[in-house]
Amino acid sequence: MKYRGTKLRQLGINKRKLGKTGYNFVFGLLLTIVMVGLIVLGFLWSPYDPEAMQGSVKLNAPNLVHIFGTDQFGRDIFSRVLVGAGSTLSIALGTVLIGGGIGIIAGAVTGYFGGWLDEMLMRVNDALAAFPSVLLALVIISIWGTGKYKVMLALGIAFIPSFARIVRGEFLRCREADYVISAKLIGVSTPRILFVHILPNILPALLSSLAIGFNNAVVQEAGMSYLGIGVQPPDASLGRMLSESQTYLASGPWCAIFPGVFLVLLVLGVGMLGEGILDRFGGGR
Amino acid sequence: MLRVENLSLHFEDKGKIQEAVRGISFHMQESEILGIVGESGSGKTMTALTIAGLTKEHEVLDEGRILLDQTDLLALSPKEMRDIQGRNISMIFQEPMTALNPTMKIGKQVEEALVLHTRLSKEERRKKAIRALEDVELERPDLLYGKYPHELSGGMRQRVMIAAAIVCRPRLLIADEPTTALDVGTQESILRLLKKLNKKYNMGILFISHNLRVVNELCSRVLVMKDGVILEEGPTEQIFEDPRTQYTKDLIAAIPGRTKSSAFYKLLKAKAGE
Repeated sequence: MKYRGTKLRQLGINKRKLGKTGYNFVFGLLLTIVMVGLIVLGFLWSPYDPEAMQGSVKLNAPNLVHIFGTDQFGRDIFSRVLVGAGSTLSIALGTVLIGGGIGIIAGAVTGYFGGWLDEMLMRVNDALAAFPSVLLALVIISIWGTGKYKVMLALGIAFIPSFARIVRGEFLRCREADYVISAKLIGVSTPRILFVHILPNILPALLSSLAIGFNNAVVQEAGMSYLGIGVQPPDASLGRMLSESQTYLASGPWCAIFPGVFLVLLVLGVGMLGEGILDRFGGGR
Repeated sequence: MLRVENLSLHFEDKGKIQEAVRGISFHMQESEILGIVGESGSGKTMTALTIAGLTKEHEVLDEGRILLDQTDLLALSPKEMRDIQGRNISMIFQEPMTALNPTMKIGKQVEEALVLHTRLSKEERRKKAIRALEDVELERPDLLYGKYPHELSGGMRQRVMIAAAIVCRPRLLIADEPTTALDVGTQESILRLLKKLNKKYNMGILFISHNLRVVNELCSRVLVMKDGVILEEGPTEQIFEDPRTQYTKDLIAAIPGRTKSSAFYKLLKAKAGE
């Protein structure tokens, strides 16, 4: 028992040390940089044309020529993963931009002013949030049709409520703060108070929720493409690749494994980064 | 310069309307230091906030006028009022620890009023901000300019707050219990600073406090408020030497003193003897 105790204590000390150096933050940042770096590389250069089919190398296992192997049409999976992750990433970024942008404005205004405007916008928000976001995105896509930008827009709208709610809570917390009163006293206009004086103070919470939102968007895009309502062939996206590889799970598991692992690493990196930002700058919350 | 006429204010507390200020009138000369003393709930802070334009008039105002020179502040639109805030009227208040924005550098916070009220270039603003930091007797203002509030002590933050309030050289500075949260030594130096700024820039100061000792040190004239009315008004010496109401006498008697003859000391002794 004594041994156990000391071991646990040692573990505890180790954990504390890791916490101090911002383990989540450092590792998350590194992983994100590597993944995004690979994706940027994919935009500029890939070893093969991601859409070029080669009949001679159908469903080849990973080898020195095709390091991630090839799919059922003989397309290079490494190239497709890079390019596919690119479109997944851009959809996720677009989603966060739309959802976050509108959510921040709505949350700031409702949280700061309160009153009937708050009631009204928050009820609309509740109505939006009452739909599962995938369902909402499905409805929007069935109205506007599919395609990369429409997926972006649909997911963006579906993501507004979660951002608006977080931002609203933070503005509610800050609106009575003494520094806001000081700002009012020297005649700062309301928009400037909202976005110059208060917004930087809620950045830790905001950035981490944006990171979580980004991850949700990546997964949702993959889910929608998997269902066939996201990115359309022959364009690659990670979800699309996962869905196409389903049939060949037994004969060519690498078709599913590499896009899947890439997806997991991307989400893990950004997720840890978000967590790390909150740990590091969140002021002990 | 400032004239308050027949001002009545109220506030709502759980649906009940409470009268906070009942028809008070007073005036302030150019570059005068006027003290308002009174206990919590006497309406002194409410009066100050209304002059500073922080209360929403339509919510609290019953009647009255607040005239800065010839303009009625209560009749101005919010935009017109914002133009006066920070330029002609500034206010500092009690909480030096939280009154500065934790994510903004000291320099930026001091400059904010200049950004809003002047068309100075970045370099000129920086000069003026550093000048203001010098005015409040902070050392190494050039270094301080790029620091964040958490790197400063409470007394330093209070000085930064004053610097931000006076950077546009307002004609009226409202100080609502600016020394209450500070230790006695720091209190003294802040009071000395306010006096100096008053002389240097001909800046009128409306000093609000429940601490008569502090008011005695700083102000040339005093108003005593209780329950929303002005009980007594006069030059500081007169109030202290010849108080006319029992309430003022009690307030003066409650000032802690060092000598054994002070009323406070006697009060302590009497209590101990019981």
